[in-house]
Amino acid sequence: MRALFESWRAPVLSVLIFLLFIGAWHAATLPIAAQQTVDAEYAKLVGKAASTGQKSTFPTPADVGAKIWQHLHEPFYDRGPNDKGVGIQLAYSLARVLAGFMLAAIVAIPLGFLIGMSPTTYKALDPFIQVLKPISPLAWMPLALFTLKDSMTSAVFVIFICSLWPMLINTAFGVAAVRREWLNVARTLEVGPMRRAFRVILPAAAPTIMTGMRISIGIAWLVIVAAEMLVGGTGIGYFVWNEWNNLSITNILTAILAIGLVGMLLDLSLAYLTRLVTFPE
Amino acid sequence: MSESLIRIEAISKRYAARDGTVTTVFDDLHLTVERGEFVCLIGHSGCGKTTVLNVLAGLESVSDGYVFVGGREISGPSLDRAVIFQSHALMPWLTVMGNIAFAVASRWPGWSKAKVREHCQKYIDLVNLTGAEKKRPSELSGGMKQRVGIARALAIEPRMLLMDEPFSALDALTRGVLQEEVLRICAETKQTVFMITHDVDEAILLADKIILMTNGPHAKIAEIVVNTMPRGRTRHDLHKHPHYYRIRNHLIDFLVDRSRAFDQKSAGSAYDPRNPPVVMPGLDEAALAVPDAPVWPDEKAA
Repeated sequence: MRALFESWRAPVLSVLIFLLFIGAWHAATLPIAAQQTVDAEYAKLVGKAASTGQKSTFPTPADVGAKIWQHLHEPFYDRGPNDKGVGIQLAYSLARVLAGFMLAAIVAIPLGFLIGMSPTTYKALDPFIQVLKPISPLAWMPLALFTLKDSMTSAVFVIFICSLWPMLINTAFGVAAVRREWLNVARTLEVGPMRRAFRVILPAAAPTIMTGMRISIGIAWLVIVAAEMLVGGTGIGYFVWNEWNNLSITNILTAILAIGLVGMLLDLSLAYLTRLVTFPE
Repeated sequence: MSESLIRIEAISKRYAARDGTVTTVFDDLHLTVERGEFVCLIGHSGCGKTTVLNVLAGLESVSDGYVFVGGREISGPSLDRAVIFQSHALMPWLTVMGNIAFAVASRWPGWSKAKVREHCQKYIDLVNLTGAEKKRPSELSGGMKQRVGIARALAIEPRMLLMDEPFSALDALTRGVLQEEVLRICAETKQTVFMITHDVDEAILLADKIILMTNGPHAKIAEIVVNTMPRGRTRHDLHKHPHYYRIRNHLIDFLVDRSRAFDQKSAGSAYDPRNPPVVMPGLDEAALAVPDAPVWPDEKAA
């Protein structure tokens, strides 16, 4: 009984915090109380609003809730370039993130292997990595637009470049940190280089590599919103910017929530994959 | 005369420190191991025991000298020489079966999965791990992990086993049980074994020949002690044999005093590193009647 109570404590607290937040939001966006001294002529002009007070410009929780409901009902509608459902926009963003992320994995994991296995390569490439790593991925955008001449490809490139570093560094570190004794076992068994790479080093480094991939996907999802605000056209980032131009705060709030939820799902799925390859010592 | 399985000739190992000073770990070691022999190398830590074993395994190279196995000079690690590591060195992402199968499939790449499994099972049964095939190393006790290590080494049917203090990380009870199992398995399979230890009783129980190494740097082989107790020794009656304490005292005397003091001068001109003296303290009737028996302070006062 006590255990049951304890296991429910945290979820109940979460719900309470949520309700408190909604309550505070609701209170903050209540219609402003009617002014007592209203000029009679002004009251005539604006009608009822003068006496009932003004509606807050910031949407209430109920407004946003209604908007979310509306989007959930019709997530994939497409009425021209400036009016697409949130579902479609998220799908565009996800497709770009996954494309850039996969490309980065294809480059970073083999390269990381090489760097991790050879101290010379590591030392040779280290200065480049150290300089390239801290560059904001968006700084590459103009260069990408200029050379690739396509906004869609440029966005994918930006995702590629920001996903690359965590995966590269973690793969190299994971490979370099493979325990000497496992390599010695492989040596005494006369295991060939390919078999050693795939059967010993890869499984030993897999948890570290997966951690790098998890960091990468998180950064990629952060960057895609900004990148799409710049390149426009489609995607959840563009949606947010477009709704800012429409001054539709409810839509922006809906998009923010959707971005958060999708980001959480991406992180959870990578966390799940990391657990699959993690071994207890 | 048939060729010894292992012949070590004049090997030495030197490390150059960063400031240019050279440390000689051991110097001019000569040693042979015959087929089917169980040899223990005993010495203090830091005398280069593990380096000698790693050289035999092919994991480290020597600064000078040669190592021949079966008459051929070794050039690196080989499936002929299986190593049982002190830290068991199991791969934690593989099951017991997976760890052994990895070794077996490396030894015989052409074998079918079923054949590999069948072969592994035989060795899992041999080390009494039947039923634990699907367990991961993290689910096993220290003793069970080392059993897997032994099974993995034996499963590739090597010409010799190299063991680096395989039981030193285990508790005394588990160690005893595993020592007897190693004895039984080696008797069954007629394995040649080269083992590093610093446990005198372990050496007497297991080894036919005990090699005494002096302290480093410049470690040497001081003596080769022949275990004159017949094979078929058990922990149960080892200490009842008349030779036991003679050999034990001899080894402990060496480890406590002589291993430190030993050098060419104290050994006399008769000492030849190519043929270190072979001694049989077990047969020495006088060994127990120590001539210069120490006088305890109490007795002196009285």
